[in-house]
Amino acid sequence: MKTIRGKVYVVRDDIDTDQIIPAQYLNLVPTIPEEYAKLGSYALCGLPDEYPAFVAQGQAKGLYPIIIAGRNFGCGSSREHAPIALGAAGVKAVIAESYARIFFRNAVATGELYPFETPNRLCDNLKTGDEVEIDISASNFKVIGTGAVYPLQELGAVAPVVEAGGIFAYARKSGIIG
Amino acid sequence: MGMTITEKILAKAAGKACLGPGDNVWVKVDILLTHDVCGPGTIGVFHREFGANARVWNPSGVVIIPDHYIFTADQKAHRNVDTLRSFVKQQGLPYFYDPGTRTYKGVCHVALPEEGHVRPGEVIFGTDSHTCTHGALGAFATGIGNTDAGFILGTGKLLIKVPKTLRFRIEGTIPEYLMAKDIILRIIGDIGFDGASYCAMEFTGEAIRRLSIEERMTICNMAIEAGGKNGIIEPDDKTFAYVQQRSRKPFEAIYGDGNSRVESERVYDAATLEPCVAEPHVPSNYATARSRREVKLDRAYIGSCTGGKLTDFLAAARILRGRKVTIPTFLVPATTEVAEGLIREEIHGKSLVQIFADAGCEDIAPPSCAACLGGPEDTYGRTRSNEAVISTTNRNFPGRMGSKQSRIYLASPLTVAASAVAGHIEDPRDYL
Ligand code: SF4
Repeated sequence: MKTIRGKVYVVRDDIDTDQIIPAQYLNLVPTIPEEYAKLGSYALCGLPDEYPAFVAQGQAKGLYPIIIAGRNFGCGSSREHAPIALGAAGVKAVIAESYARIFFRNAVATGELYPFETPNRLCDNLKTGDEVEIDISASNFKVIGTGAVYPLQELGAVAPVVEAGGIFAYARKSGIIG
Repeated sequence: MGMTITEKILAKAAGKACLGPGDNVWVKVDILLTHDVCGPGTIGVFHREFGANARVWNPSGVVIIPDHYIFTADQKAHRNVDTLRSFVKQQGLPYFYDPGTRTYKGVCHVALPEEGHVRPGEVIFGTDSHTCTHGALGAFATGIGNTDAGFILGTGKLLIKVPKTLRFRIEGTIPEYLMAKDIILRIIGDIGFDGASYCAMEFTGEAIRRLSIEERMTICNMAIEAGGKNGIIEPDDKTFAYVQQRSRKPFEAIYGDGNSRVESERVYDAATLEPCVAEPHVPSNYATARSRREVKLDRAYIGSCTGGKLTDFLAAARILRGRKVTIPTFLVPATTEVAEGLIREEIHGKSLVQIFADAGCEDIAPPSCAACLGGPEDTYGRTRSNEAVISTTNRNFPGRMGSKQSRIYLASPLTVAASAVAGHIEDPRDYL
């Protein structure tokens, strides 16, 4: 049984890539290791000020391996910097009502995080700091405090790609490319 | 069952007689576009995965157009352009529009068709979400991330899912106060910010056929603002005239079948549409311009891939000629070709450059993305605090033009120009 457990960070609808990683940090190149780490330290710093900081000042990573979101998470630009910044900040999974197409694809292609979809509007039920446990094989997750279990849409063919670490790793593992 | 234009282009690129929405197919890529923000990462993925000595699949299929962070002192931005330069050299790539040289162009989505890299029926991927612009010339074009782009550099192929098609039929004639931006903002307002997620947005009808190629680009550019995978318009004589002036390469125009099946069809009459704005902080926040006259503005901005073309500046100049702006008005031509047009084109014997200067606009910036996406601290036109900006760009997300506190209203160049004169949101009808 593969699980992801930890504190959640809760955001609402239409979180765009400019909020996930503001444009002034796009001078950082994700394939350069120090700059990959730097991207993590800026993850979600473009959110409006009423949100608590996702990564504390001076820290490289956040405290939240799981993001709970509403509809259309990751809309906007095609910048792969977005899932990468989240991954570099320690995010392992996002649970959203829906995703923008390019963000979903980039999350899978890079293997940075699992983009789960859920039929429930969890951003109204959960608050930042709640602890949850995702059961990837059972496609559900449990809120530790209340014991409530919510379904996740099955990831299907996407799960092994993220697990392998992205499309290149997956394609090699399964013999699609040499 | 017939196929739509999107399905037929993908079928051809996949070597299949027929396919339909939801099918996953490997398509052959004609053009891969990248720029200074995503190019270095794409190159990083390419070398990491295919090796330090790997060669790109087809040097003339790769087009590199630096445009985002050009006129800045930021050292990493310069390093990134250097990374592109050495890759171009190493791979012998013929199409590179190098900043600081005569070949420099500016914003990639205006430069790509201008330089003849977009042809009807082709498959174009770009590491930028507004790659959907190029559907205006009857191509399939969409944005991807660095990893997918690195895969294309090595193989010339990509696995993609065939999108469903949403059809938008715009009929009638276009009133002189209405622009393509008003049409697309209305559509996005109607279907919502994620109303076209994973779908092709096909634009058709008499009013679309009446639009210039530049105006068609404005429409397809913003398909992504409804979550669309691609925007597309069937080619016609205007398309062929535009392409043949710029490209010698043969192409095969592709059209949808008469009996093609679409997911939904919406019909609009252009004559009933109104000048409008998208209010902060999503492009689907539609309001007519005249219903928002109480909104006071701090600055106006004309630029970007969707609103910095010559036709956009001509529209603004129609209003600004003989008038004065009352708020700082920033002008950024998308490309060097547009910048030359501002000097060359005249209205009643006055060049556009002169008209804007007489109206009291800020000095015109050199072509690039500039403050459309905020950019480094020293970027021209970047917002600093809680300014209210009216802009011809395509996104009004929090912080998009710099400061998180600023509020961005998206509008057509006519509406932006009228508002720059009024100092508040203004309907351009009274100014024409
Ligand atoms: S002008 Fe704006 S939207 Fe267009 S490519 Fe540049 S940053 Fe992106």
